[in-house]
Amino acid sequence: MALDQSFVGRAYPPTEPYEVGREKIREFAEAVGDANPAYTDTEAARALGHPDVIAPPTFVFAITFKAAGQVVADPQLGLDYSRVVHGDQKFAYNRPVRAGDRLTVTSTIETIRTMAGNDILDIRGEVHDQDGEHVVTAWTKLVARAAEEA
Amino acid sequence: MTAKISYADVEVGTELPAQTFPVTRATLVQYAGASGDFNPIHWNERFAKEVGLPDVIAHGMFTMAEAVRVVTDWVGDPGAVVEYGVRFTRPVVVPDDDKGAVIEVSGKVAAKLDDNTVRVDLTATSAGQKVLGASRAVVRLA
Repeated sequence: MALDQSFVGRAYPPTEPYEVGREKIREFAEAVGDANPAYTDTEAARALGHPDVIAPPTFVFAITFKAAGQVVADPQLGLDYSRVVHGDQKFAYNRPVRAGDRLTVTSTIETIRTMAGNDILDIRGEVHDQDGEHVVTAWTKLVARAAEEA
Repeated sequence: MTAKISYADVEVGTELPAQTFPVTRATLVQYAGASGDFNPIHWNERFAKEVGLPDVIAHGMFTMAEAVRVVTDWVGDPGAVVEYGVRFTRPVVVPDDDKGAVIEVSGKVAAKLDDNTVRVDLTATSAGQKVLGASRAVVRLA
């Protein structure tokens, strides 16, 4: 089913703040096997010029993807999530996410295309901290495969 | 940001140290918990096969997290990464055995940009197949 082009540019309300915990960062770094001390050792992070431990580059996806759920679950848009795969992912950082951040995400539908029956949706998530400063932007491309596909 | 690599010491074509990252079913369970992505295609073989996959597959975001380590280990400061993007081209299939799968990642400097930044192009393969496309990071050097 082709998605309605009039949804391009639609912005969803900012999410409730997500507070980044140092133990959640540690858990994530351990899960990807990354022993970089900037993720777990405050002194090591400070030696690199950061005020506190920072999160690995892809950590923020858990937050932005949850925010994108507003778009995915929008009944007016009508995306068939059971057929969705993650096509592309990109981040542009103003600064790294760090422990103590309270992050909100504003999701916007950037483009909607239909190719060979597949619906392709680009969602931009703008992430801001508690002071309203931009931290990172995440672009997520979702592909809903055509229903005819075996 | 305090990268340990100097912009002046890097040329287009400079190769970053390649790395290999093992991934087992246990890795995927741990990543599911840490990331909050509990899609059963990443831990339930029966479900994965029902939806047409050859077996359980790794989270694309897990592969993305591993690939950028070639960059962050090279520069030392993960906060030096300015941009990072990938395309998920093929799944990393993870069999239910002691060995699991291996993701092999290499990278090289593709362009020198403004403000002491460089673009690194990454290549990620598993079982001889490319698993990421257009995998690029922009990183600020010293």
